[in-house]
Amino acid sequence: MSKVGIASYGITKFSMEDSKIESVLLESTKKLFDDTPNLSRKDIDAVLVSTNNNSKYLSAILSEMSGIEPKIAHSIESLCNSGTNSIVSAYSYIASGLADVVLVSGAERYDSTGQILEWDNSRGEFKHPIFWASIFTKAYKREFSITDEQLALVSAKNHKQSQHNPYALSKKVYSLKEIINSKKLTDDLRLLDCSRPCTGGASILLASEDSCKKFTDNPIWITGIGQKTMSAGFTKNMAFSSMESTQYAALSALKMSKHSVMDVNVAEVHDAFAVCEPMALESIGFTDKGKGMDMIKELHTTNNFKINPRGGLIGAGHPLGATGIAQTIEITQQLQSNAEKRQVENAKIGLVHNMSAAATSSTVLVLER
Amino acid sequence: MTFESELYKGNFTIAECDKCKKIVWPPSEFCNNCFNQVIWRKGACEGKIIEFSKKNNEYFCLIEIENHIKVIGKMTSGIPIEGNKIKIDKCGIRENNYFFEISLI
Ligand SMILES: [Zn+2]
Repeated sequence: MSKVGIASYGITKFSMEDSKIESVLLESTKKLFDDTPNLSRKDIDAVLVSTNNNSKYLSAILSEMSGIEPKIAHSIESLCNSGTNSIVSAYSYIASGLADVVLVSGAERYDSTGQILEWDNSRGEFKHPIFWASIFTKAYKREFSITDEQLALVSAKNHKQSQHNPYALSKKVYSLKEIINSKKLTDDLRLLDCSRPCTGGASILLASEDSCKKFTDNPIWITGIGQKTMSAGFTKNMAFSSMESTQYAALSALKMSKHSVMDVNVAEVHDAFAVCEPMALESIGFTDKGKGMDMIKELHTTNNFKINPRGGLIGAGHPLGATGIAQTIEITQQLQSNAEKRQVENAKIGLVHNMSAAATSSTVLVLER
Repeated sequence: MTFESELYKGNFTIAECDKCKKIVWPPSEFCNNCFNQVIWRKGACEGKIIEFSKKNNEYFCLIEIENHIKVIGKMTSGIPIEGNKIKIDKCGIRENNYFFEISLI
């Protein structure tokens, strides 16, 4: 099987702008082209669009607006992990030989309908994500005797890190006290514990080994992929203090890459809400069950950017369909030593964790330079 | 009869597969284990609290009914504790959402 690499990328600033979805898609695609002098429109065999937006036929629209006439063009929707799912599809097209160069573009608007899964009637009147997040938080705090004060560290760390991310929605640093005193949404969730839906776009160019070298001297290889969907409904989760789908996805991705989790130097994990970060770290295997907050505290106090260097979803903002692609771009920059003030020293192996609908589904990627 | 037509009337019905002897949840016409057509029966409407939290003055609880069905319902009186036994006092559909009102037994 041919190696598949990341040859280039483009990203927009995450904001609360009222932009058309087509404009957001085009903006990050244009940036990708601007940064890739050897890329011709004719090189692109497939255009995949990742979004939860209700507009139709967006990959054909993006292709037309970019002057690309691809063989393969379609959209991919899987709520919050649409982005990495699109990257996996692009990988598969290249690995199978159906395509050689694939453009993946993700975009979302701040008012995306992808935030609420209408189908999930088991949630009763409590369909907004803050309700599953409150149940997760309560369960995690109870099982491992964790306090709100401890959990506030996640938001403090990620906001501190997003300051150095030029594309982040938030540029503010918050004290633990400000986080704990931020607007109380439920007994177990405060406003600053949450990532914010926003407008943003991110594009990435995937190519076969030979083609990668045409576009960059510094390709990053996708060496591990793991995906698992346990259910669609939140209440079907077996546990509410760990992420079962993430555990499966991480195991298969690491196995495919022939690495252990201890080899990973830098990772983006899906901190849709503060509690998701320790849960993800434990389910991926970075630390033992219930020890996620110890690891986060250690990273925060030593100013180590290993986890969520771009500020995660909490600091960077969460434009659903673009999130998984933006996470992958961050790890690419880290492995290329291009992450400036966010740079994790000597990062060789990186991991991306992207999940949807209360961890009912997860995707994990392993990247290497 | 469908699950929703009964829920509109305030009745909680349960889909069961008589081949697998399993409850099918979310409710569906066909068993998700063998695709056999399900049988509808009246639900027991009693269960226990798995987890809960509170928004404004309202407790919302993740409850489990008949050891299988988990839904989120609203507590109408009392203070929930994990593991407490509860019953569904009222259920239905309003503004396109299912709702379950529960109280302690
Ligand atoms: Zn059956």
